[in-house]
Amino acid sequence: MEAGQAVGRRLAEAAALGWREGATERTLRRDGRRWTAWTGWVLFVFVTPGVVLLAIEPLTFPAALLCFAHAYAVPRIQASRGARSPVAIGSDRSASRLAGADPRAERVALGLLGDLLGDEARELVATTGLAMERGRLGVWLLGEQGAILVRPGGRRAFCWCVRIGKPDELPAGDRVAHLLLALREDEEGFATVANLQFSGAVWRVRRRMEPRARAALRAASCST
Amino acid sequence: MARLVRLDSTGHTELAHWSGEDAEAHEAAVAAFRRELDRGMIGSLTLPDGSAEVIRELPADAELVVMRRPIAGG
Repeated sequence: MEAGQAVGRRLAEAAALGWREGATERTLRRDGRRWTAWTGWVLFVFVTPGVVLLAIEPLTFPAALLCFAHAYAVPRIQASRGARSPVAIGSDRSASRLAGADPRAERVALGLLGDLLGDEARELVATTGLAMERGRLGVWLLGEQGAILVRPGGRRAFCWCVRIGKPDELPAGDRVAHLLLALREDEEGFATVANLQFSGAVWRVRRRMEPRARAALRAASCST
Repeated sequence: MARLVRLDSTGHTELAHWSGEDAEAHEAAVAAFRRELDRGMIGSLTLPDGSAEVIRELPADAELVVMRRPIAGG
């Protein structure tokens, strides 16, 4: 390739977000620790008053139960939001399920996506609706919108909200292909553009994913 | 044979194809590539190692260049 033809490995969309701190290995580690601390804080804030109430007066157990319910529900809701970030091809929220979706366009788009992916990822996208891509930061699962990054070791997941700016009537496979290409162009830039929804243990995300998509998360965890 | 394709509502559209020796076909592909850039599309060159690169000029020795739309945080 001739000099000057390539813009390079910087994602154009990330370059436009100069005010936003770029995602790196260091920022991911820090954000993971912050999410763990936040979850611990939520548990402390709700469990402590419940325990104190029971210690002072056991008859206050209904109020204590309410505290414990909050301690259970808040982290659960956060993990659920993360688990719902990626929209799998063919899922209830898939573009292929929209009224007016063109089956021929869907097939053509899936064909190109298959060409872009390797054999293993091609099989996975066919069975789970999510595309797997290995990167330096970990293993990514990409949906029509949204992504999950499984960090090396396979124990922590980062869930991201990311989409095509103007998806219009793009078929499902093309939506995944957009995210895949952007990720390949600049992994850290991709994580900079995407909005972090959740970070926590992989098992917390997996149990709240659609059954079909769980296999993709399992494969990603095993691939790290 | 090199290909320039655009991701669109039909699945994808092949805008141009060319080979190394065919300068005329490459010129036509360059014109199509520039039209897509003017429409706000981003040129993504797939490299042999499986990675990709954003390009502003269409290289003659490319194998596959995909025109995609910008992405954004949700």
